[in-house]
Amino acid sequence: MLSYGLKRLGLSVAVVVIVIAALFVMIYAVPGDPARVALGPRASDALVAELRARLGLDLPIWSQILRFYGSILQGDLGRDVISGAPVLKVILAQLPDTLRLVGGAMLVAVVPGIVLGVISATHRGSAIDRLTSVLSVSVMAVPSFVIAIYLLLIFSINLGWFPAIGAGQGFWDVAHRLVLPSLALGLAWIGYTARILRASMLEVTGQSHVRTARAFGISDRRIMYDYVLRIAILPTITVLGLGIGQMLSGAVFAEIVFGRPGIGKLVYDAILARNYPVVTGTVLFTTVFFVAVNLAADLLIAWLDPRVRHDLAH
Amino acid sequence: MTQTDDILSVDGLSVSYATPTGTLRAVRDVSFTIGRGEIVGLVGESGCGKSTLMQSILRLLPGAARIEGGAIRLSGEDLAHAPKKRMRQLLGDRISVVFQDPMETLNPVLTVGRQMIDIQHRSRESRAAKRARAVAMLKRVKIPDAETKIDSYPHEFSGGMRQRVAIAMALMAEPDLLVADEPTTALDATLEIATIDLLRELQEEIGCAILFITHHLGVVAELCDRIDIMYAGALVESGPTMEVFRDPRHPYTQLLFACDPAQIAEQRRHLPSIPGSLPDLIDLPQGCIFAGRCPRAEDRCRTEAPAPRAAGGSEQVRCHFADAPRLEVPA
Amino acid sequence: MTLHTDPAAAPSRRTKPRGALARLVADPLGALGLTLIALTVLGAALAGLSPHSPTGLSPLDRFSGPTAEFWLGTDNLGRDLFTRVLYGARVALALSIGATALALVFGLVTGVAAGFGPRWADNILLLILDAMKSVPTVMLALVLVTFTGPSLWAVVLVVVLVNGPAYARMARTQTLAIRNADYIEAERSLGAGGARIVFAHVLPNILGPILILAAMDIPIVVGIEAGLSFLGLGVRPPAPSWGTILYDGFSYIRDSAWMVIAGGIPIVITALGFTFLGEALRDTFDPKLAKR
Repeated sequence: MLSYGLKRLGLSVAVVVIVIAALFVMIYAVPGDPARVALGPRASDALVAELRARLGLDLPIWSQILRFYGSILQGDLGRDVISGAPVLKVILAQLPDTLRLVGGAMLVAVVPGIVLGVISATHRGSAIDRLTSVLSVSVMAVPSFVIAIYLLLIFSINLGWFPAIGAGQGFWDVAHRLVLPSLALGLAWIGYTARILRASMLEVTGQSHVRTARAFGISDRRIMYDYVLRIAILPTITVLGLGIGQMLSGAVFAEIVFGRPGIGKLVYDAILARNYPVVTGTVLFTTVFFVAVNLAADLLIAWLDPRVRHDLAH
Repeated sequence: MTQTDDILSVDGLSVSYATPTGTLRAVRDVSFTIGRGEIVGLVGESGCGKSTLMQSILRLLPGAARIEGGAIRLSGEDLAHAPKKRMRQLLGDRISVVFQDPMETLNPVLTVGRQMIDIQHRSRESRAAKRARAVAMLKRVKIPDAETKIDSYPHEFSGGMRQRVAIAMALMAEPDLLVADEPTTALDATLEIATIDLLRELQEEIGCAILFITHHLGVVAELCDRIDIMYAGALVESGPTMEVFRDPRHPYTQLLFACDPAQIAEQRRHLPSIPGSLPDLIDLPQGCIFAGRCPRAEDRCRTEAPAPRAAGGSEQVRCHFADAPRLEVPA
Repeated sequence: MTLHTDPAAAPSRRTKPRGALARLVADPLGALGLTLIALTVLGAALAGLSPHSPTGLSPLDRFSGPTAEFWLGTDNLGRDLFTRVLYGARVALALSIGATALALVFGLVTGVAAGFGPRWADNILLLILDAMKSVPTVMLALVLVTFTGPSLWAVVLVVVLVNGPAYARMARTQTLAIRNADYIEAERSLGAGGARIVFAHVLPNILGPILILAAMDIPIVVGIEAGLSFLGLGVRPPAPSWGTILYDGFSYIRDSAWMVIAGGIPIVITALGFTFLGEALRDTFDPKLAKR
């Protein structure tokens, strides 16, 4: 278990290191002198040169990239060009709203996804199985922002059931305003969850230990919900880990359509304002989050599966 | 033996599969009996229908399969048409099974103890009592340190131990009939002997009958009272083991045995191969099912299906020439 | 054992060898998918027949709801939305097919190179593919567009980087399998070059599955283009793209809802069309993939 965990951790770190390098190259390749941009066209050459020195822009590239890694390691993602606040602080201030949205979307995805997956697998080939399969691929195919716009149009503007804008105050108001954005963000993941669970349940049902359980007269219900689901749920955890990571960034559309604060809104505004440190900082943050959640999901599976737990312990 | 002494009697059983290209008649008109406490070996190549036969007895046939006709009686009670609920009472209690691959037949994410407790679902005893019974049974199959081992997962046992766990599960309820589906095929030779010895020992204590399905003629010779030989979905010869081995009457049996008698004694792990291939079970040939590969086949064999009859020491032989002298087979 | 016929593996209808298209159409999902795609293609082809211009301004016709003249209404600049939707189909189809083709080429080249290259190069490439996969899709798109500036080419680049790695992995796996096969050794010893082996053995083996995967990825591509354009970071106005129609319409969603309706429906139609087609293709031609 330990060596597996370390190996997975090492791979995750390597991936993040590569992503940081790619980000650095992109920042470096942007035309224009960041010092000149920051100080404006009328600043004197001497002033620009001084800022260049202060930012380390006059150093050789390998030295700059090391400084870049060094500052990230210290949690320094740069400063917001407009407010001057540290980027990490700006991101963390927006994080709770987005996490609430992701939480709501997960709720939307997990419960119906698991129920539909189990029903499809236990009623394989039935009308409800076929319907679930078509609905699953349909919600997976339609982009979430189109769903968000139509939900807003129907349920907020036409029916007036939900407020259209903002995150709200107080528990019930916040929850009320979370419904539509969560639905928009989570709908596709109902499809992913139902599909993977159905496939893995069918695969496990074909394994011979299920035949053994039947041969001892154990009830079909017991076999499905205990013997089969216990194994079949494991790949679903991987998919949901992937889902959380993707949702944190995918939230940008739900946040813009429903006028909510959050990480997506933050990065969108930063792009329009050419506030590069906030853009790169957010990309880095969401990538690390994504990698970390996937790592956590893999480790959780390893821990839940006695086979892996055993193999890894020895 | 009288009818009432039989634990299992299979009478004219036919099973088919619906396939995209037509109805595959996997088992046709098979009849045999197993007496109380008797060990019967069922032998045949892959695809001969012995697995379908086993699945019919346990009512574990896949959805495309259908019992077309005949009866399967357990002490007189028809299993072929028994309701599902009744089968759940019988399975694991009066009929049990040990499957082939010990790596795959136990649930990998539940402890052995949990599985051994779950299969006592008919009993109203306390969990502790069920657990104690499971520990006692593990001891009977010589699992060392059974009290702690019971909380281990299947992958923490070796292959041979896992098969002993499977045997313990099957015999815990002291069933009347144990179906053993190639239980030693996945084991190496040493473990195979040990497992067979264990099975025989427990069988003597419990007094259950065993239907032993195998490729392995040596095991049949050593363990079984009777032998049934299947070919392409039909029972071609059956009788007391000693009689059939001494004087096989069906040409298929003769070819199986004659390939190399020495190897049978050496416990061959696979059936000797016979030239030719199995007939098409969707579009069955007229006449004798073995005619296409039989060195003795004559015109009559290709037009008229032989009825089973007694010949030599065998009780059932499906051959027009069952009484003819044994085939001369070049070694 | 051959007798263990899985009930679900055995289709109830008798399958006779038939043409590929006939088999696809026999699958209701495939027929529906093809119909939806045909609708999109037809729209793109017939766009030129519209009496209206997709970009010409007509201040007098601003904010017209659907009428006999403007079937889907007009937008804030008085442009006929139906005409813009039709021209938008050209953008969407050209972009999704073009970008997917580029992603395929990228994937095949890197995958085959990794498969034939030395081990260290293969490992590094795998790590880079992993890294590309580890940036959440939306963030990858946003950061690239930030640094390249909004344009059609930025969208193409995003598609190549988002979808390419999966094709590369597939090509790599197949190349590795082929590379070690005995008959390749034999061909090599006879002097067959790498290119010959790739074209004769690697490509024929992966083209089917990889094309099915690509068909199923087209909705992702349509979504990326429309999504970026909706944010104002993709296709630049006044070019008619479904995403820009939504971008323009979203500001007026309260009073002129027909604008977002006109922009969204074709995205839904195309996305569903290609998804259904991909599903049907996979079920019909690649049962191995279907099992997953």
